[in-house]
Amino acid sequence: MVQGSNMAECHPVGFQWVMAAKARGATLIHVDPRLTRTGALADLHVPLRAGTDIALLGGLINYVLCNGLEFREYVVAYTNAATIIGEQFRDTEDLDGLFSGWQDDKAGYATDSWQYEGTSVASSAGKRERGTRARHDGQGRSHERQATGRGHEHGSHGAALSDLSNIRRDETLRHPRCVFQLLKRHYSRYTPEMVARVCGIPVDVFLQLARMVTDNSTRDRTTAWAYAVGWTQHTVGVQYIRAASVLQLLLGNIGRPGGGILALRGHASIQGSTDIPTLYDLLPGYLPMPHPDAHGSLDEYVADDSADTGYWGNMRAYTVSLLKAYWGEAATADNDYCFDYLPRITGDHSTYQTVKAQLDGSCKGYFLNGENPAVGSANAKAQRLGMANLDWLVVRDFALIESATWWRDGPEVESGELRPETVGTEVFFLPAAAHTEKDGSFTNTQRMLQWHHAAVDPPGDARSDLWFWFHLGRRIRAKLAGSTAERDRPILDLTWDYPTSGEHAEPSAEAVLREINGRAADGTCLSSYQQLTDDGATACGCWIYCGAYADGVNQAARRKPHTEQNWVAPEWGWAWPANRRLLYNRASADPEGRPWSERKAYVWWDEGKGRWTGHDVPDFQPTKRPDHRPPPGARREDALSGIDPFIMQADGKGWLYVPAGLSDGPVPTHYEPQESPVPNLLYGQQHNPARQTSRRTVDPYQPSGDEPGSGVFPYALTTYRLTEHHTAGGMSRWLPYLSELQPEMFCEVSPELAREAGLEHLGWATVVTAREAIEARVLVTDRMVPVRVHDRIVHQVGVPYHWGGNGLTTGDSANELTHLSLDPNVHIQETKALSCDVRPGRRPRGADRIALVEEYRRRAGITAETGTAPRTAASPGGTA
Amino acid sequence: MSDGLLEQPTGRQRMGFFTDTSICIGCKACEVACKEWNQVPDDGLSLLGMSYDNTGMLGADTWRHVAFIEQDRPLGRQNNSVTVMPTGPSGTASTAAVVAAGLGDKHGSMLGTQTGRVHPGPQPHATPDGHVSPGGRTELRWLMASDVCKHCTHAACLDVCPTGSLIRTEFGTVVVQEDICNGCGYCVPACPYGVIDRRERDGRVWKCTLCYDRMTDGQEPACAKACPTDSIQFGPLDELRERAARRVEQLHGVGMPEARLYGADPDDGVGGTGAFFLLLDEPEVYGFPPDPVVTTRDLPRMWRHAALAAAGVAATVLAAFVTGARR
Amino acid sequence: MTRHEVRRDGLRDETPEREALIGAKGGRRPGRGGEMVPPAEFRSYYGRSVLKPPVWSARDIAGYLFLGGVAGGAALLAAGGDLTGRGSMRRAGRLISAGATGLGLAALIHDLGRPARFAHMLRVLKPTSPMSVGTWLLGGFGPLVGAAAAAELVGAATAAGVSGALPPSAGAAVRALGRSSGLAASLVAPALTTYTGVLIANTAVPLWHDAHRELPYLFGASALAGAGGLVAASTAVDEAGPARAAGIAGVLMEQALDRRIHKRLGMVAEPLDQGYPGRLMRASRLAGRAGAVLLAGSALRRSKALDVAGGLALAASSLLARFGYFHAGNASATDPRYTVVPQRERADRAGSVGAQHPADLGGGRGVRGEGQEPA
Ligand SMILES: Nc1nc2c(c(=O)[nH]1)N[C@H]1C(S)=C(S)[C@@H](COP(=O)(O)OP(=O)(O)OC[C@H]3O[C@@H](n4cnc5c(=O)[nH]c(N)nc54)[C@H](O)[C@@H]3O)O[C@H]1N2
Ligand SMILES: Nc1nc2c(c(=O)[nH]1)N[C@H]1C(S)=C(S)[C@@H](COP(=O)(O)OP(=O)(O)OC[C@H]3O[C@@H](n4cnc5c(=O)[nH]c(N)nc54)[C@H](O)[C@@H]3O)O[C@H]1N2
Ligand code: SF4
Ligand code: SF4
Ligand code: SF4
Ligand code: SF4
Ligand code: SF4
Ligand SMILES: [Mo]
Repeated sequence: MVQGSNMAECHPVGFQWVMAAKARGATLIHVDPRLTRTGALADLHVPLRAGTDIALLGGLINYVLCNGLEFREYVVAYTNAATIIGEQFRDTEDLDGLFSGWQDDKAGYATDSWQYEGTSVASSAGKRERGTRARHDGQGRSHERQATGRGHEHGSHGAALSDLSNIRRDETLRHPRCVFQLLKRHYSRYTPEMVARVCGIPVDVFLQLARMVTDNSTRDRTTAWAYAVGWTQHTVGVQYIRAASVLQLLLGNIGRPGGGILALRGHASIQGSTDIPTLYDLLPGYLPMPHPDAHGSLDEYVADDSADTGYWGNMRAYTVSLLKAYWGEAATADNDYCFDYLPRITGDHSTYQTVKAQLDGSCKGYFLNGENPAVGSANAKAQRLGMANLDWLVVRDFALIESATWWRDGPEVESGELRPETVGTEVFFLPAAAHTEKDGSFTNTQRMLQWHHAAVDPPGDARSDLWFWFHLGRRIRAKLAGSTAERDRPILDLTWDYPTSGEHAEPSAEAVLREINGRAADGTCLSSYQQLTDDGATACGCWIYCGAYADGVNQAARRKPHTEQNWVAPEWGWAWPANRRLLYNRASADPEGRPWSERKAYVWWDEGKGRWTGHDVPDFQPTKRPDHRPPPGARREDALSGIDPFIMQADGKGWLYVPAGLSDGPVPTHYEPQESPVPNLLYGQQHNPARQTSRRTVDPYQPSGDEPGSGVFPYALTTYRLTEHHTAGGMSRWLPYLSELQPEMFCEVSPELAREAGLEHLGWATVVTAREAIEARVLVTDRMVPVRVHDRIVHQVGVPYHWGGNGLTTGDSANELTHLSLDPNVHIQETKALSCDVRPGRRPRGADRIALVEEYRRRAGITAETGTAPRTAASPGGTA
Repeated sequence: MSDGLLEQPTGRQRMGFFTDTSICIGCKACEVACKEWNQVPDDGLSLLGMSYDNTGMLGADTWRHVAFIEQDRPLGRQNNSVTVMPTGPSGTASTAAVVAAGLGDKHGSMLGTQTGRVHPGPQPHATPDGHVSPGGRTELRWLMASDVCKHCTHAACLDVCPTGSLIRTEFGTVVVQEDICNGCGYCVPACPYGVIDRRERDGRVWKCTLCYDRMTDGQEPACAKACPTDSIQFGPLDELRERAARRVEQLHGVGMPEARLYGADPDDGVGGTGAFFLLLDEPEVYGFPPDPVVTTRDLPRMWRHAALAAAGVAATVLAAFVTGARR
Repeated sequence: MTRHEVRRDGLRDETPEREALIGAKGGRRPGRGGEMVPPAEFRSYYGRSVLKPPVWSARDIAGYLFLGGVAGGAALLAAGGDLTGRGSMRRAGRLISAGATGLGLAALIHDLGRPARFAHMLRVLKPTSPMSVGTWLLGGFGPLVGAAAAAELVGAATAAGVSGALPPSAGAAVRALGRSSGLAASLVAPALTTYTGVLIANTAVPLWHDAHRELPYLFGASALAGAGGLVAASTAVDEAGPARAAGIAGVLMEQALDRRIHKRLGMVAEPLDQGYPGRLMRASRLAGRAGAVLLAGSALRRSKALDVAGGLALAASSLLARFGYFHAGNASATDPRYTVVPQRERADRAGSVGAQHPADLGGGRGVRGEGQEPA
């Protein structure tokens, strides 16, 4: 099942394994508004209206629950279906689309009422609140930390839960407040007919899809779901993936071979850049960034954020080892291992927040290190105007991308909104080396590190990023040398000693990987994170990567052909954690430790040897018997029983219901996108109430649904990629071999829309939103279909987002059209579902372009308030 | 000119391509890999409106070409749901007509080889008239297929080359020796598949070499290496033909009776091709000739006619002197 | 059903990864919507040409087709004139032939993508390559006719008493050389007039290839028309009879053969009547008829003016016909219809396309499918 990704086009190399699976009998389903190169090869292609996947997935969940198709044994044993939720909880059914805890004044939820009965939970995934333990009574200042935007600490890895024995469960799943019954109620309205009315998927297609999925999800068969940014780039993005998690857990498709929810990650090593993050709120290995008030000491930090049970219980060892890697000798038990040196998170510093800070003048300098926001980020105009408000901007890239030249040739210069003479930003452009010109590792979609070796030297002044940051650090340290100022200690005490080589003193990338892997007191490379200690004896740059350099060997550089090893291919690269290829694989065996079925045997209990065994590294304590039950008061992983496969969760269970950690609800719920041509048919609550919006003139929103003026933007619009180009174009629009394959910015429309809007194949269209107007050549194609939604037919416009003003092939950027309304959990922009108008012909030039957009805004009656109301539901709900 | 006069592949095992278009994902990795490896220049930047094909056809600067065909007919048992969506008439035929009309406007330049020059102008999109399916947009499938030089058993290009620049290699492939070619251009119209072409700024002709340089190093061709789905399969021709025959049977068994091989028959007009294809529609739909014949097949007969005609010319002149003497 | 199992002892029944069955499990009834439809009359890939039309420039190559014909025809008339004592015809024939040969060769070389590499033509002699054969023909013919023409010029110079000319004793030798090379050239000449038909017929260009039976005759006849016309125009009125006769016969035969080609080729001959080539061919026919009438007039009532007018008209007719056939050939290669339709019919008759021609059951309800004829 590929949904929310165009896998064949965006992951063509990975798609070969889909084809291999098909050769072995797999069925391929693609759910996408457009018939793409993935859909062309699918057995079933399901078109839907962009932005309605939760309604579809909810429909599937409802289908499963109504027809008793859940994998009952799996669900009872391995998920929190049986867990009873506290009495205060109110569902969207009761509150017109809101959950309990809504606070109008804070435009967000107090999540206390979402908790398990009898215990209080703080999540390590997503939003975490301070002092969980201290708030056993459940009443707390749960909103106080939202401002820090500590969004996705611990990735999807777990939660703190104080005492497992207090959790109440009803394994018959009949208790009215057990998660299972709650799901049944929550999704009861997601009927096939409702799916048809919301998504535009005809009932018989939905039923075919539902049958295909459920028939293929049994003891003997598993279904995998693959998604990418077709799911994430929504104001409800996180909940899309949550919805898939609920469905897959119900079907028993997690932790089993051929199952799972596969995030097809984007840029090469984008996975790596969340593991060892370029994110503002995380330290390596999903350790949360410490808070200035709450985390005065290491103890406070660990006590607050670590879980008592599950593997997060070892957080102190991970943290101390990280501090030792950073500050080496200087980090001692006496000085809290330099915990004070760590920066503290002071607020939401996510990328779009930073743009707002630029506009406000509080962010003065900016490094663009492999990013082209003037084309690639939502509301490109806001990006450029933000940069125009900086003192300095450093761009490190291969080519003079739009983000480096907007001040002299950007769209605002054309329209007169900016004049090069008056832009105060000092722009530095530094040429960067490409991956082929430097050593390093990629961590890809499947958490696998693969090493790449420099094939050629970088041309001219181009240098690797490692070179740049290492030498920048070196120079700063040289300037500070001898300083006695306390504030310079963190920099001067850093272990900043990578060996260098060659003419340009290129630092050794392998030395960096070695540091990340970690070393024992005697300097030898560690081989497993279980060796990490909290007494300063070990140093490790990222605990989950521990083992990548085991035995002093670069395990990421292994390239043994699959024909020479078992089919799991453990000797190809190295996957975290512990070279495990399939997470939570304990779930591939039944509670007694036997494979659910012989043809799906993956990891199982070997009674003879008294340990877990199988094709992969078991994701479980290797000798913990299936019938093991922990003694009361057990800690960390020892608190988990032999039937708790989800070892990063404090309760060891897969979470159908998320008691804490999400800003916008414990159960995925369908909301319309920020801009939608139709009203929400399910609830009075139109949008995700917790979504982030701004009231800036540079980022106006359009009316939605039945609001007056919404008809001015009658069409649904989605943006996406083409195989032939790469993201904001820096790596494709300058290359003739790629540019010639897709030489012009275009939009795709159905023949029906072409007729309605008067568009001609290969002619020009102007696409307008409240932000901007862009022009594109028109491709009229049967691959685009209108959908019958609600009481009307909705036409969809497809726009690739690769183009900008520079390079060999140029064109208007799709991101001129998009806005900055964000998902509240991870602050991702909604670039997958908008509404727009389309008119034939090219757009006006210069200031006339602005006039056209203003005219649209006027016609739609757009003000700063439009589209920003958090709550539209009738009932505010109780703040239980 | 049949077997006698035409040289046969000699030496080592004959190597070739089986391109199974039914598993092509249209990623164009083959096009790009070919250009990278062989340092073929770009073919010009121009939006053609031929679905996602902006290369147009094979040429001197395009040795692999991926075709994209949107059709109002079903693909096997695939359900892509378009039949049950609220739709009007299909657009495929009319968009194709727009492209074709655009080509027609530019008689001459387009046809050739510089596909980059083709710039079909905008045309009004079809309204529900005779151009579209009467039943509305009933079905849809999107075919993709990667085309290449066929490395014909009886290669017209090679036969007609007056310099001996085109040769048959020890792998049974057909290769231009670029240091010999004088750009006479004879091979260009000789090729029954419209493959080989002259590069204007260079004067010589170019086409796929089946990566002769890689093969001599024991490497598979760049395009096949890059193909993620193995739509392009490289190997000894005999093996490929057997595999392909099995594959067709397999597809027939799963509701795709239209699957067929193209170029796999050693008895066809060119003696079978070294690069052959599995197609899901008639060859012409992909831009292939339906029944190509090596142009030199009729050459002996042509030579006889030329000799007779020459004799006729001589006789006529003779007669002219006899009759014309008086006048 | 899956043929693939993950068992405790490893992977079972691994099937080749490339054998994915696309769209096999969508669950629709096979063939639904796939009723047999009458085959679309003509389908193509977006109206693009299947073939590559020649990259040859019309001026050079169509020009050469004409010049080569003139060279051969004129050489024959020159030889006849020589043997029948028509001095002015001999002289005109040799000079025209040599001039046409020189120009033709220049055109050929000029058209090469790499003219400097012309000599590579002489690396091989390939009977499968009419261009190779033609090169050698021309290579034989050129020096001979060149020698004959040179003899003519030397003779003329001598006769005119140009200083430095050969002594009278050498004059006989020159004349003998001229005669022998002129006669030798006339042996090659007929082939020169007709091989060009093979040259272009031996391509995949539908019009040319399909007309391969007639083209050598047509080109031979056209050569006679062109050469006859030019020689008639530049020969003494009294001596021009055979040239007139050859020219008239040539043009009549040419037009008859053209009609035959039209008839036999059917739609593939359409480009001869359409557009630019159509206009060329109509002009050619008019000029041919006019030339024939004028020359016939001169045969009855000798007139230099009629000879010149008629002769040039015939030459023009031949020239226009060569350009007509050249451009019509291009057009037939350019429009996929002329490649596809005859081949489709042939394949359908033979019941095979390539190795397999399965019953085509997949047809949608589309009337025309995806390929549209160019507007
Ligand atoms: N060739 C190429 N490959 C790439 C990239 C590239 O630029 N070019 N970029 C890389 C990066 S950075 C990333 S993040 C990945 C992204 O990979 P993908 O997510 O696969 O790429 P997109 O094309 O952005 O979006 C996927 C599909 O989502 C569909 N879609 C839009 N809205 C919705 C919706 O509401 N629901 C559903 N179900 N589908 C919807 C779109 O029609 C589109 O076909 O690709 C990576 N791979
Ligand atoms: N409308 C719309 N907008 C989107 C999306 C969408 O689907 N629709 N997708 C979003 C997604 S998922 C993504 S990932 C972003 C991508 O957006 P960006 O990251 O802004 O775009 P890229 O073009 O990938 O920019 C990467 C730059 O890094 C440079 N580069 C490559 N390698 C190196 C290197 O080793 N060092 C340095 N210094 N530079 C290097 C490249 O030349 C390129 O210019 O776009 C987002 N924006
Ligand atoms: S570009 Fe790289 S990451 Fe993307 S599919 Fe190709 S090989 Fe994989
Ligand atoms: S396809 Fe054309 S170019 Fe290729 S070998 Fe055959 S005749 Fe030559
Ligand atoms: S163009 Fe080159 S390869 Fe082609 S026939 Fe002439 S000499 Fe041979
Ligand atoms: S075999 Fe080599 S030359 Fe031929 S198309 Fe493939 S990559 Fe290009
Ligand atoms: S043949 Fe292979 S490489 Fe080429 S487009 Fe198809 S799948 Fe991609
Ligand atoms: Mo991405």
